[in-house]
Amino acid sequence: MEHIRTPKVENVRLVDRISSKKAALGTLYLTATHVIFVENAPDTRKETWILHSQISTIEKQATTATGCPLLIRCKNFQLLQLIIPQERDCHDVYISLIRLARPVKYEELYCFSFNPKLDREEREQGWMLIDLSEEYQRMGLPNNYWQLSDVNRDYRVCDSYPTELYVPRTATAHIIVGSSKFRSRRRFPVLSYYHKDNHVSICRSSQPLSGFSARCLEDEQMLQAIRKASPGSDFIYVVDTRPKLNAMANRAAGKGYENEDNYSNIKFQFIGIENIHVMRNSLQKMLEVCELKSPSMSDFLWGLENSGWLRHIKAIMDAGIFIAKAVSEEGASVLVHCSDGWDRTAQVCSVASLLLDPHYRTLKGFMVLIEKDWISFGHKFNHRYGNLDGDPKEISPVIDQFIECVWQLMEQFPCAFEFNERFLIHIQHHIYSCQFGNFLCNSQKERQELKIQERTYSLWAHLWKNRGDYLNPLFRDDPSQTQGTLHLPTTPCNFMYKFWSGMYNRFEKGLQPRQSVTDYLMAVKEETQQLEEELEALEERLEKIQKVQLNRTQVKSKQSEPSRHSGFSTSDNSTANTPQDYSGNMKSFPSRSPSQGDEDSALILTQDNLKSSDPDLSANSDQESGVEDLSCRSPSGGECVPSEDSGKDRDSDEAVFLTA
Amino acid sequence: MYPFFYRPMFEVIEDGWHSFLPEQEFELYSSATSEWRLSYVNKEFAVCPSYPPIVIVPKAIDDEALRKVATFRHGGRFPVLSYYHKKNGMVIMRSGQPLTGTNGRRCKEDEKLINATLRAGKRGYIIDTRPLNVAQQARAKGGGFEQEAHYPQWRRIHKSIERYHILQESLIKLVEACNDQTHNMDRWLSRLEASNWLTHIKEILTTACLAAQCLDREGASILIHGTEGTDSTLQVTSLAQIILEPRSRTIRGFEALIEREWLQAGHPFQQRCAQSAYCNSKQKWESPVFLLFLDSVWQILRQFPCSFEFNENLLIMLFEHAYASQFGTFLGNNESERCKLKLQQKTMSLWSWVNRPSELSKFTNPLFEANNLVIWPSVAPQSLQLWEGIFLRWNRSSKYLDEAYEEMVNIIEYNKELQAKVNILRRQLAELETEDGMQESP
Repeated sequence: MEHIRTPKVENVRLVDRISSKKAALGTLYLTATHVIFVENAPDTRKETWILHSQISTIEKQATTATGCPLLIRCKNFQLLQLIIPQERDCHDVYISLIRLARPVKYEELYCFSFNPKLDREEREQGWMLIDLSEEYQRMGLPNNYWQLSDVNRDYRVCDSYPTELYVPRTATAHIIVGSSKFRSRRRFPVLSYYHKDNHVSICRSSQPLSGFSARCLEDEQMLQAIRKASPGSDFIYVVDTRPKLNAMANRAAGKGYENEDNYSNIKFQFIGIENIHVMRNSLQKMLEVCELKSPSMSDFLWGLENSGWLRHIKAIMDAGIFIAKAVSEEGASVLVHCSDGWDRTAQVCSVASLLLDPHYRTLKGFMVLIEKDWISFGHKFNHRYGNLDGDPKEISPVIDQFIECVWQLMEQFPCAFEFNERFLIHIQHHIYSCQFGNFLCNSQKERQELKIQERTYSLWAHLWKNRGDYLNPLFRDDPSQTQGTLHLPTTPCNFMYKFWSGMYNRFEKGLQPRQSVTDYLMAVKEETQQLEEELEALEERLEKIQKVQLNRTQVKSKQSEPSRHSGFSTSDNSTANTPQDYSGNMKSFPSRSPSQGDEDSALILTQDNLKSSDPDLSANSDQESGVEDLSCRSPSGGECVPSEDSGKDRDSDEAVFLTA
Repeated sequence: MYPFFYRPMFEVIEDGWHSFLPEQEFELYSSATSEWRLSYVNKEFAVCPSYPPIVIVPKAIDDEALRKVATFRHGGRFPVLSYYHKKNGMVIMRSGQPLTGTNGRRCKEDEKLINATLRAGKRGYIIDTRPLNVAQQARAKGGGFEQEAHYPQWRRIHKSIERYHILQESLIKLVEACNDQTHNMDRWLSRLEASNWLTHIKEILTTACLAAQCLDREGASILIHGTEGTDSTLQVTSLAQIILEPRSRTIRGFEALIEREWLQAGHPFQQRCAQSAYCNSKQKWESPVFLLFLDSVWQILRQFPCSFEFNENLLIMLFEHAYASQFGTFLGNNESERCKLKLQQKTMSLWSWVNRPSELSKFTNPLFEANNLVIWPSVAPQSLQLWEGIFLRWNRSSKYLDEAYEEMVNIIEYNKELQAKVNILRRQLAELETEDGMQESP
């Protein structure tokens, strides 16, 4: 590849983030798609693969005696610190990566070279897995009030909308086109979610071009049509998800918000979610906190608060809760918009839908939700997640925030979701990875022009194929949690929102719980299934034998299948009993010494059992030591610092608690 | 007081007052080592009023020496065995601070006592739970710390675990923050931060990990003390055992740990747990030392959800009974007081109630799989959380979390049921097949 100045650098050290004393020596490779670090240690040869598209920033730090440090920050929150012996090599790697991490054309992205060895038919089927027309049917559309409109055929009215749009039956093409001219980027009000229980809808649009006094008859008619489409209510809510001040400032630019006097029977409501720039800075600040080396509790909590991240998460959740309540409790339809109606609007509509409809809490339903509210309605994936080199001010963790909202809900309603945390993490990973075509470009139109479906593969099919890894063992089909609306506490409670270390510190395995309840229960459930099958088989055989004995016929009965049965209780138990995440930690558990190796080995899972269907992720899954670097910031006086270590022969990872 | 006229409505299967006798506990060690002995020197509580009548000390040290050492340690709390690490024969001892005073007093017997635990050429660690400056100031009041000159085989490490009213104020602030639902997200985080509760948890856990690491990884014996040796010292010694000793992660073993390291070790429950977070008047001795210990255990439990035989409910139950109970277990400040109150005769032991199968089932962790390893928790701020089960208990519904717990139990119960069924069928089948074989063979 023309951008790779040096394909291979030897004697590079990968610094362990948790205990800075440890550094793995290895070789760094640059390929057309990945940065690969292979450790020299002959027994492990551990590999770390980083996709170029995951690279967020590359920082060359001041050269020290040991070499030239290079810090690579990834969009999936991985942080790699490499020390390259030669300045020149480091510079070459740096320059190469800068270019590789910022492709200028779509064709450079990984999905165009990624080949999962599927044939054409399988690929096409993969793209058909999630079908939005099916989804609208599921919602009960079209019906007496709503119809599929072809007004946006060939993207004639709005190029960032899909062609398939549902609008009220009473909204004529004239009204729609008129309304679209009065809306920012012509994103006129369309249906996002239909709550068939009470015929109430959530619609979305962009801001009206109202300025200080402008009005538009068709737009007013459009909103009236939406209200009439839910006959049970005599008003609709118009929710502007921006802070009031921002919306007012927009009026000066000829944009703004709906004037209640001009629109009949609307209730207008501001919900202050900050804009993409505030969110970008907030994440930046929070990640700085996550990166701190052995922070104190105060550093961490103070930094977390100062970042404002959880406040923003709460604002998005509050908006979603408000809309869900309007729909389910007041039976009022809601029109949601922000400025352009593709960031905050997408967040809020999808959170509300998730709260209202249990279907979206299933694996497939969640894919549908993202496909509908984000992909089809023109969330600008390319700009927001920096897939191609572009304006850094366009980048913002909009969908990351939505994904976190889902996680926060999962923490509150552990039985309500069919999928688990890993599912969310893998989706986040692939939004940035560009390994699949789903999240490419900024709109449906662009994706069509690029012929994404013919040239790349669908993530949904990939996730669906591996769905066994993504199931929440606690998910229940019947009880209160999975049915109907999720009811959050009436007084929105702050304690609900917690720092998601499983996402933002996910590559610091040492910070995560060492045993995973989810993996444990999944293993138990798997075993249960095997037991059920065996039980059936045993019952059958028993019956047979008893019959045979009754008939006193001499049938030579086969010996029981020893291979399967004898090993069952032990081998399967060890799988069931040792959660996956733990196994990695076990390997390097400090308590392991040669003398007790035997008793430990029973608890160690083989690499095969590592639950990760994703090649990129499993390559990254680290096997950390169980010992934490406590680098105690205690004000212990100098005289009591342990000295005279030299006489001892100790492992590199020993005594990290003592680094006082 | 209530425990004195409480009449149990349950049948006592095992009298909890006799469940964890020191002699029995010692037997667990005596099979592994002969370097230690039981001493009855404190039989009349004369040598150390806050110690139990029976303590474990190095075999090489006679009772006479112990009496001398007692005069050199705060409250007469001479170094005693807290934990014996079977893997390498190293130990954790605990004591009160040495009474060196400003003129550097020494006590040969004290030095001999703790040196008796060292292997030839090996060093030990003294973990002082106070910062160096606090330990230095203590000299003015007759206290102090072990001088290098007199304890050349020991390395001293100072940590800073807070005590008394600082902890109490922290608890009050935390509970206030939890009960105030009006503030926004940012205010909540800053109030959580300002309470310093999690800072205390982090410090305690870090010190316990340090002790465990010195013992397990450095192969060194450890002496732990603060000032009196009845608060932070016990937090550290007991948490180190949770980390190191699989038995202390079982229900029975955890009860034994509470009995040994808190009750018999003389943690003044009466003084510390009188009022909890809602006391108006400042109680001088009030301090949530035990609650911090329970919270720290919960933090480890959260990180190792499959390694504990008990669940969160046991910790919550212990918290409640430490503050208010119909049982006599947590009454008094030490064994001597409990003896004088004749609690064994006049009140019921908490363990008598807990250790009945019907109660035990509530406290049993369905995820438990015996784990014989040392478990090293993470003490990074990202890994420590507010213990919602205690602090948000009354502020929000736990309905959905309870449902999740139920579901978890169901999944595991169903699996066990099937396993039992399969085993029965396998056996039946095997029997039938051998019968079959016998019929065939002639």
